Amino acid sequence: MYAIRRWSVRHARGLARLYDLFEWLLVIIAPLLRRAEGAGVERPVALVERTVKRALFDCRMCGQCVLGETGMSCPMNCPKTLRNGPCGGVRPDGGCEVVPAMRCVWVEAWEGSRRLPEPDGILDVQKPVDNRRWGRSSWLAEARALGRKGE
Amino acid sequence: MSEGGNDPAEPRPPPPGYSSSGRLERVLRAGRFAITAELNPPDSADPREVYERALVLSEVCDAINATDASGANVHMSSVGICALLTRAGYTPVMQVSCRDRNRIAIQGDVLGAAAMGVCNVLCLTGDGVQVGDQPQAKPVFDLDSLSLLETLRGMRDEGRFLSGRALTMPPAVFLGAAANPFAPPVDFRPLRLAKKIAAGAQFIQTQYCFDLERLEAYMARVRELGLHKQCFILVGVGPLASARAARWIRSNVPGVHIPDAVIARLEGARDQKREGKAICIELIQRIREIEGVAGVHVMAYRQEELVAEIIGLSGVLKARGRVRGRKTR
Repeated sequence: MYAIRRWSVRHARGLARLYDLFEWLLVIIAPLLRRAEGAGVERPVALVERTVKRALFDCRMCGQCVLGETGMSCPMNCPKTLRNGPCGGVRPDGGCEVVPAMRCVWVEAWEGSRRLPEPDGILDVQKPVDNRRWGRSSWLAEARALGRKGE
Repeated sequence: MSEGGNDPAEPRPPPPGYSSSGRLERVLRAGRFAITAELNPPDSADPREVYERALVLSEVCDAINATDASGANVHMSSVGICALLTRAGYTPVMQVSCRDRNRIAIQGDVLGAAAMGVCNVLCLTGDGVQVGDQPQAKPVFDLDSLSLLETLRGMRDEGRFLSGRALTMPPAVFLGAAANPFAPPVDFRPLRLAKKIAAGAQFIQTQYCFDLERLEAYMARVRELGLHKQCFILVGVGPLASARAARWIRSNVPGVHIPDAVIARLEGARDQKREGKAICIELIQRIREIEGVAGVHVMAYRQEELVAEIIGLSGVLKARGRVRGRKTR
């Protein structure tokens, strides 16, 4: 929901903290998830992730989450699905070029990123989306990557 | 096939330290004030319509921009225009928008363009389909302007497609990007320029500038970050036909910022069209004085003759004969 999405950006700092806590949890259960690879954890985890993140961020389940770099404003809500910053069409009032009633996702992202403990993630150049990952869990991918790093 | 490199079909590699063998890069690296202009693509299959416009522009500019369905309106494609222009010895800047083609199509187009002799590619996100003549179209946006820049730089510098597959000959292209110093979030814009440079942008063509104060503030920040030494910035300018046209552009063309003072000045003039031209010439002359600006990009919808006249009257061409030894980048 639009109002909740904007609330999430306003509370980007708190949510980022929550995410850090969550990541710590993921590191603990990472070995378990590694063992469970291919054992049917993908679907239930993705379902939980979809439900939570849809409510908070209007998440589209691109499967390669960058909320931590974009001030908790999901870039996939941009009508041009831009992952590296605002296009040149942002309206003087901060409205989206394509959907004027919506605040530009990247105006929100810039403001949200200023509230993050690590505000400079927004300056990283993001790779293009891997379209095979739509609908898959970013959390699991993250946990598995962390697990691999920990080994 | 001839021996000793006399084969006219043989591609010429760029000189050492250059990305391309094109005129635009040479002019910029020589520290000359560069001029580019936009060719309005015809709604026609007649090549003469392209050549007539190119002839007018080529006398006053270093490179001609071939737009890629700008404003999401269908016209002759940028690849098509570039094919015609390179065939006749003009220097085009091929605009590539992410709106209509996915990564597979774009990489192929750039290879083809480089093979034809295109030396400059401008990487754009593209206007949304809703502003164009066919809003029913499916917006693609598989890449964005930055991932497009990175993709093309990888093809050129590493000789690889995005997939990692090797090219037998990389495209020798000078890479450009757009910037809009006038749109929100204003304090993020210079950092976004830094991002574009990090992704591979070597030259920048900005959105239309009508607000010198904002441009100066932007350039001050750009200089603070040292970005003007890492890329060549060409500022976009163009004439406004009347106060009414200015108002229409302001509310209908995405990303164009026109201050009230400019509209008031047009309204107060006896001949609004003439005033619009005068404003544009003044802007060019003042933009030229801003430290870190490497050139201007002149655009006027379907008025190539007017573009040529404005560039001539601004005196930038005459002045640059004297500009020598400015620092190269």
